Amino acid sequence: MLKIDNLHAQVEGKDILKGLTLEVKPGEVHAIMGPNGSGKSTLGHVLAGRPGYEVSAGTVQFEGKDLLDMETEERAHAGIFLAFQYPVEIPGVSNMEFLKAAVDTTRESLGLEPLDTVSFMKLAREASKAVDLDASFLKRGVNEGFSGGEKKRNELLQMMLLEPRLCIMDETDSGLDIDALQVVANGVNAMRNEHRSFVLVTHYQRLLNFIEPDYVHVLSGGRIVRSGDKSLALELEEKGYGWIEDVA
Amino acid sequence: MSQEHIDKAIKREYSAGFTTMIESETFPPGLSEDVVRALSAKKNEPEWMLEWRLEAFRVWSEMADPNWAHVDYPPVDFQAISYYSSPKSMEEKRPKSLDEVDPELLETYEKLGIPLHEQAALAGVAVDVVFDSVSVTTTFREKLAEAGVLFCSISEAIQEYPDLVRKYLGTVVPRKDNFYAALNSAVFSDGSFVYIPKGVRCPMELSTYFRINEANTGQFERTLIIADEGSHVSYLEGCTAPMRDENQLHAAVVELVALDDAEIKYSTVQNWYPGDDEGKGGIYNFVTKRGLAHTNAKISWTQVETGSAITWKYPSCILRGDNSVGEFYSVALTNNRQQADTGTKMIHLGKNTKSTIISKGISAGKSSNAYRGLVRMGPRAQGARNYTQCDSLLIGDACAAHTFPYIESKNPSAVVEHEATTSKVSDDQLYLCLQRGLDAEKAVSMIVNGFCKEVFKELPMEFAVEAGKLLEVSLEGSVG
Repeated sequence: MLKIDNLHAQVEGKDILKGLTLEVKPGEVHAIMGPNGSGKSTLGHVLAGRPGYEVSAGTVQFEGKDLLDMETEERAHAGIFLAFQYPVEIPGVSNMEFLKAAVDTTRESLGLEPLDTVSFMKLAREASKAVDLDASFLKRGVNEGFSGGEKKRNELLQMMLLEPRLCIMDETDSGLDIDALQVVANGVNAMRNEHRSFVLVTHYQRLLNFIEPDYVHVLSGGRIVRSGDKSLALELEEKGYGWIEDVA
Repeated sequence: MSQEHIDKAIKREYSAGFTTMIESETFPPGLSEDVVRALSAKKNEPEWMLEWRLEAFRVWSEMADPNWAHVDYPPVDFQAISYYSSPKSMEEKRPKSLDEVDPELLETYEKLGIPLHEQAALAGVAVDVVFDSVSVTTTFREKLAEAGVLFCSISEAIQEYPDLVRKYLGTVVPRKDNFYAALNSAVFSDGSFVYIPKGVRCPMELSTYFRINEANTGQFERTLIIADEGSHVSYLEGCTAPMRDENQLHAAVVELVALDDAEIKYSTVQNWYPGDDEGKGGIYNFVTKRGLAHTNAKISWTQVETGSAITWKYPSCILRGDNSVGEFYSVALTNNRQQADTGTKMIHLGKNTKSTIISKGISAGKSSNAYRGLVRMGPRAQGARNYTQCDSLLIGDACAAHTFPYIESKNPSAVVEHEATTSKVSDDQLYLCLQRGLDAEKAVSMIVNGFCKEVFKELPMEFAVEAGKLLEVSLEGSVG
């Protein structure tokens, strides 16, 4: 599904990713861990096509297509979803309006008719229930005045409605209490299937107690320095990143 | 990204920019007492009207062009403008019904989306259409007459309802009020007149559509709305003009009189030609709008300003009567090299008067957008209150937003609140939208619409959607 080969990327002229290679197959869950500044979030943004993030070398294939050749919104239409670490507010634009516009354009790109308002509202209400957000949040401005945890759940809500192929979650667990973490994990687990893949960027092993990954990778200095299964995360928790950096 | 994105999304296409090929009778350029006399004669005006105009002309001759606004333009040559232009077909014989109106004219309005045949017209909206200096037709007059509502062009009102016109004309905006008001008083050519009798709730939305067509002419319309005691009216004006390289002058005066317990809601969707990307051409929109509210009366101004090269406009309320209410809701969008200096004045004279000001300024391209507002609490304005909220939104990094609030309070019990914010359509907001699959134009228009929501909800239903679309068009090319 996703094939990253020797990826180099810069932000504001600074090299952040320095030869990253990773393959994600359909249905797999990959956890990306690593110390601050190792390039975890950058990886997510490069895949999503954040303007200003320059790829200087390497290739990324997504479902056989050259991902780097696609515009940000085309990548979204192709099924790439990034759950943001710091979701922004869009005052005055209701969550419902925003979600419907997003779902409609995604459907349009697939050659599907837009959903009628009534069916869409029904879907949106079900999804908001699943992420434990009161339906009144659908009427409020996008993330406007939401708490940190509410913003993260709102990201999950968008993910559920857009039904992406590849979900990249950028530290969705940070700042969540244990109950909210459980809600997010339940949401992700419910969405897991043999066609959909996940890349979970996280600092903490804690999330992986709730969402069991197939692979754990450690990112350091812009490259993956170690890969393993779930037990690697536990080892990191015990020994810290210094251990990896020494090895690297 | 955003600059490139923004440039792409703000590039506008002005869909109302076509010219109607029609023979016109146009005065040669220039302004003098003789021109004022000729204009008045053209309209067969009574002596009192001519005298009123001549006095205005004398006042104007001694005034200077104001220069305090935050706008920049070469001096206007008032002798290079023609002060009267009318389609020839209207000159020869004023059409009695739409069947007699030149089909070219009808087609013009058809193209602008304003069908004039009543059966095709927007349900529940009566329209007066003004083409250059003359009113072409007023729809639904009979239906309105049944309710006792008078709705016609001001020229007709001068002939048919001289007592009402004489009683109120110039009482809210005196001839000597300011340079452009004096000019307008001398040479106003047409405009709308509305009278709502006591206790009547006007059964339809009233609206006037102004179109400047002829080159090198100015449009000086005059609108007078009188809401008698306990009556209620909602009125909307729309404006467009062809794309031309020269600047054209539009200097209107609007006077509203809300007698005791009356309510007037006045909405404007202004889409005059704004000039091209380089700032060439476009309308100079120098307008004086003011309402006088008597006891318990309410006057509400809502404006969506997307057009004009330069906008200079401050719809205001004089809250003379006790408990009277004034409101001002404004969205002003500037793009490319447009300049806007707009806002309001709320003059609280009576006790317990209340006013609300919600102003949303959006600047894109290389434009400059200023809010200028005055809140004055007079010595008798016991318990008066004002709330002002003034928000600016910047798109891109080459535009400017300014806020000039003036507050004067001569009554210690009066309360004035002012809030102001400035924000940017941020790269992060755009990125969120793009990542969710929206294209940049859709994203910007959604963010801007969200920013304007509080104002749009004040517009009559039929026009709120239009206003949203208009913003979308005006922002085309502003993002990329």
